[in-house]
Amino acid sequence: MGIIGTPLSRVDAKEKVTGTAAYTEDLLSAHALIAKVLHSTIAHGVVKSFDLSAAWEVPGVVDIVTCFDVPDIQFPTAGHPWSTDPKHQDIADRKLLNTRIRCYHDDIAAVIAETEIAAIEAVRKIKVTYEEYDPILTIEDAMKPGARAIHDEKPDNVIVHSSYEIGSFEEASKDPELIKVTGHYETPIVQQCHIENANSFAYMEAGKIVVVSSTQIPHIVRRVCSQALGVGFGDIRIIKPYIGGGFGNKQDALTEPLNAYLTTRVGGRVVQLAYTREETFACTRTRHAMQFNIVSYIQKDGTFAARSIQAYSNQGAYASHAHALVANAVNGFRMMYPVGAIKGDAYTVYTNMPTAGAMRAYGIPQIGFALEAHVDDIIDKAGFDPIEFRKKNMMKLGYVDPITTITCHSTGLSECIDKGDAYLDYSKKRAAYAKQDGPVRKGVGMAIFCYKTGVYPISLETAACRMVLNQDGSAQLQVGATEIGQGADTVFSMMAAEAAGFTTDRIHLISKQDTDVTPYDTGAYASRQTYVSGMAVKKTAEAFKAKILAYAGTMLNRDPWDLDIRDNMIVHTNQTEPLLSVADVALESCYSLKQSEHIAAEETHHCADNTYAFGVCFAEIEVDIPMCQIRVLDIVNVHDSGIIINRQTAEGQVHGGMSMGLGYGLSEFLKFDPKTGRMLNDNLLDYKLMTAIDTPELHADFVEPHDPTGPFGNKALGEPPIIPVAPALRNAMLNATGVAFDSIPLNPEKIFFAFTKAGLIK
Amino acid sequence: MYNFTNLYEANSVQEALELKKQYSNALFLAGGSDILIKLREEKIAGSDLISIYMLDELRGICLEEDGTLLIRPLTSFTDVSMHPLIKEHVPVLGEAVDQIGGPQIRNIGTIGGNICNGVTSADSASTLKAYDAVLELASLEGTRELPYGEFNLGPGKVDLRPGELLTGIRIPKESYEHTYGHYIKYAMRKAMDIATLGCSANVKLSEDKTTIERIRIAYGVAAPIPVRATTAERAATGKPVNSQLLETVAEHALADVTPRSSWRAAKEFRLHLVQELARRAVKIAIEKAGGTIA
Amino acid sequence: MTHKLVTCTVNGKKRHYHIDVRSSLSDMLRGQEGLFSIKHGCDVGECGACTVLIDGKPFNSCIYLAVWAEGKDILTLEGLSDTRGTISDIQQAFIDEGAVQCGFCTPGFIMSSIPIITKETPSTREEIRKQIAGNLCRCTGYEKIVDAIEKTQKKRIEEREHTS
Repeated sequence: MGIIGTPLSRVDAKEKVTGTAAYTEDLLSAHALIAKVLHSTIAHGVVKSFDLSAAWEVPGVVDIVTCFDVPDIQFPTAGHPWSTDPKHQDIADRKLLNTRIRCYHDDIAAVIAETEIAAIEAVRKIKVTYEEYDPILTIEDAMKPGARAIHDEKPDNVIVHSSYEIGSFEEASKDPELIKVTGHYETPIVQQCHIENANSFAYMEAGKIVVVSSTQIPHIVRRVCSQALGVGFGDIRIIKPYIGGGFGNKQDALTEPLNAYLTTRVGGRVVQLAYTREETFACTRTRHAMQFNIVSYIQKDGTFAARSIQAYSNQGAYASHAHALVANAVNGFRMMYPVGAIKGDAYTVYTNMPTAGAMRAYGIPQIGFALEAHVDDIIDKAGFDPIEFRKKNMMKLGYVDPITTITCHSTGLSECIDKGDAYLDYSKKRAAYAKQDGPVRKGVGMAIFCYKTGVYPISLETAACRMVLNQDGSAQLQVGATEIGQGADTVFSMMAAEAAGFTTDRIHLISKQDTDVTPYDTGAYASRQTYVSGMAVKKTAEAFKAKILAYAGTMLNRDPWDLDIRDNMIVHTNQTEPLLSVADVALESCYSLKQSEHIAAEETHHCADNTYAFGVCFAEIEVDIPMCQIRVLDIVNVHDSGIIINRQTAEGQVHGGMSMGLGYGLSEFLKFDPKTGRMLNDNLLDYKLMTAIDTPELHADFVEPHDPTGPFGNKALGEPPIIPVAPALRNAMLNATGVAFDSIPLNPEKIFFAFTKAGLIK
Repeated sequence: MYNFTNLYEANSVQEALELKKQYSNALFLAGGSDILIKLREEKIAGSDLISIYMLDELRGICLEEDGTLLIRPLTSFTDVSMHPLIKEHVPVLGEAVDQIGGPQIRNIGTIGGNICNGVTSADSASTLKAYDAVLELASLEGTRELPYGEFNLGPGKVDLRPGELLTGIRIPKESYEHTYGHYIKYAMRKAMDIATLGCSANVKLSEDKTTIERIRIAYGVAAPIPVRATTAERAATGKPVNSQLLETVAEHALADVTPRSSWRAAKEFRLHLVQELARRAVKIAIEKAGGTIA
Repeated sequence: MTHKLVTCTVNGKKRHYHIDVRSSLSDMLRGQEGLFSIKHGCDVGECGACTVLIDGKPFNSCIYLAVWAEGKDILTLEGLSDTRGTISDIQQAFIDEGAVQCGFCTPGFIMSSIPIITKETPSTREEIRKQIAGNLCRCTGYEKIVDAIEKTQKKRIEEREHTS
């Protein structure tokens, strides 16, 4: 491989460091109308009526739309490929604006005005009469007999209850010699916090509704908008420019459907719908809070005999990605340690909390925390060695998951563990730190994970790509797969160059997706793009090369099978001497008076495979007990994501995921008024993202087994880095102080109460 | 675009006072990091503003003839923390404001704005209180002096009378001479955060460094307004410098504080911090003064 | 008075803007000068995505009134490249070190790093982190941003030592 694995600077870096990269708001016309949404000030109830008179009097108001005006169509918002089987379709449980209110800040009306100030003023002047119900904020309250149904279609508020069993848990747990360990673990609601807020603008042109949006999933958003408005897929055009992060929040239709509708209300004029930071916090999506009850039976030799999990996932007001998250979590429970009998029960429950959706690693950070905390609890109780225990029970090469059939085609997990152990000197330090006294103590912790790549076989995996030859021998590359900051554009450029025999500077990847012209792809999620879309790129580049060689063959009067392209030159397969340049072929093929041909290739990859990525986090912390503060002294993630296409962008992904994991483990959580359900810390001051000075030095390393199913031996990388960090920190705290935390984040107040209970603080 | 109604720009303190007399409901706008944000949150939407931001006569730090340190209120946090006079005479104040926000906020935020918005969490407030600062308040009728200790009336309320503008903050020489202080800002993040609890302590030791001659301790966020821990101060004055002193201070500080439980932090946690921060701030102040805690 | 003429220097050029006095500096620079490197991340001075230099110091332009720009010297990201589009050393360092991912926070970070790389004495990584603590990033974990700033500062100090 000439290009894969070589250092290549990001293809979009120059645009971004000069400020010429255009994001959605940068493309907005100066004369756009501005729309603002009225969000409910109750969490549960019904809108009875509006008094719009004062709002209409605000100068500059153009239109006011309420929940009574919008199409009576319920649509699903989730970023999933559509299923033609009604049983597997996403749940369609909301309208463009809702009459039945199901969370605080639900969307109930919208104003379109000539200026932002006018729109905001008018929204504030809308008077609403509600019929109010008691907010149902917890899973317990939602599942109580007699609790009000938040959606009529789910009278007991349970969206889905799924279960599985491998072997017989009952049989396998009978032996009285088995060591039994139980635990209850909880993870909080957190938010994706991409720095660019959710925002879009829409207009009508040539009979289509065009929405320009900060989205991860343009083709899916096109389908959702068409469903929400009751028009054809082809009547909607979605354009996705550069976006300022998504992390799963933008793997949902957020502002687009309403924005599309609003432009139709004003004759197709440009209407911007841009959420403020507070609206992005409270009115888009969050990460599901989950609770787990785990029971483990372990043999004396440290092998799992039987394990069970009960998982409860707080969906919030609308279905969005619904059960897929917790299903992923309980599958992850099984896959991380696929030994012995395993039983899982999962519930996704509607509540009047804000809607939860997709966020980096999709249910696995939640189970990753719970299970790796539980494993250290087992080790703490039974005295096993933390590395040996994990190595004994973790997934091995060749494993086939009995339920999903996903096969472990490659694994470097053992080497990842060894690397992490060596870097941190974990085993030695863990023993040394086991018995400390004094107010300041150190601790080391570790955690492992496994993560599948893309969503096959649970859901459709499909991607398409197009390459078009320019007369100078350079090529355009178009994919529906999106650059959301992870480096997709760069990696696809490298893959296309590699497979076509070009150098990367001759590949021009068109970063902006336009559903009118961009080949179909479901978009950026599930760490799927390098694996699935990458295969489409590879196939397309190979087909592209074949077409160029076919034409070159006619020019050279040679059999194309004897030819190859290397570094932009046509060569004989067994020789290096260039026969023609691709540029020669490109010019001739376009303008030939005998045989004019415009060389392009387009391929679909329907992916029918999957594979596991693995990794670890090792962390060393210092705990100031009286101050209830943790300082991270050293931290490393080691990843097995197969062959690393671009080391620099891969490291960047790992650093970013580690930073998100540090926040998840130490400081981030959304807080709510327990009476009203209103989000209290919906801003970047009160929601504690780590600043540069809070973040320790981050270390990333890789183990690179070649995975036979990846287009270039690669596996999932984008999401996994967040997974093992929070449990590693929690386990380091256990080592340092002997205090086992069963929920995150480990923020000072939680630490204070736990230390007080444990007698470390008097 | 900000949702205020009229903007009046003052070109002198006199003009600012006259504008305030004419438009009594208008709000003085210094660096704006408080008011402009409140406007975005719609708390004071539609207000009139009198911008004093361009009044360089209200910027700067100097020593008056009698050694009084005079800080003009529009001095930015950055300029306070970098000023040689602050570094020399009351470095703890510079260290305190250096922990506010981030570089951008420290460039726009002003020390006058910090104390005039009257919040208990203001990072300059506890130190100014612990140094017995004196405020100069000007109006069209003249100026008055007010000990800073009397300025805070309640959460968000200060003794700024109608038509008044803060024009000076003074720390007397006797207050800062031979005095060493330390401020601890306990927050959830090391930048871009509001204190969960703040403690500013300063000590003047005996010449042989073994006894406390004077000790002053003030807290932010331990009560609705910044407070002095006078019970702890009385208990510690004249006492020998040793670890028992730290315990004395910690124990007695509890009598002077009334922290509440809020969704940001529970009362029990704040009370614990009141004690722990007292221990640490006093210890470091003593060490800066050349004393040793055995 | 609802409108005013503001005279200031923007990226080295003297400019006169006729503005609504309610404008923020970011409104004025984006709206009247097309300086779209200034991003809206929060509009309340909490994320740093709108950072510009005013008289050499970093400010959040979203909470800076446009009228205060009178007589000031303002520098945005667009002002770092020369007229032919050749980028500066710090911009190149962000590219070379992999400090850019989604790019939305990048302009603010580059502007915040200017006062750091112009310092005469080297900063520790901890000091660099403190000087960029007013800029939030969700993609990079800050690691390669600190690398880019550290390397650029070091290079400039070395160059100054060689020429002196």
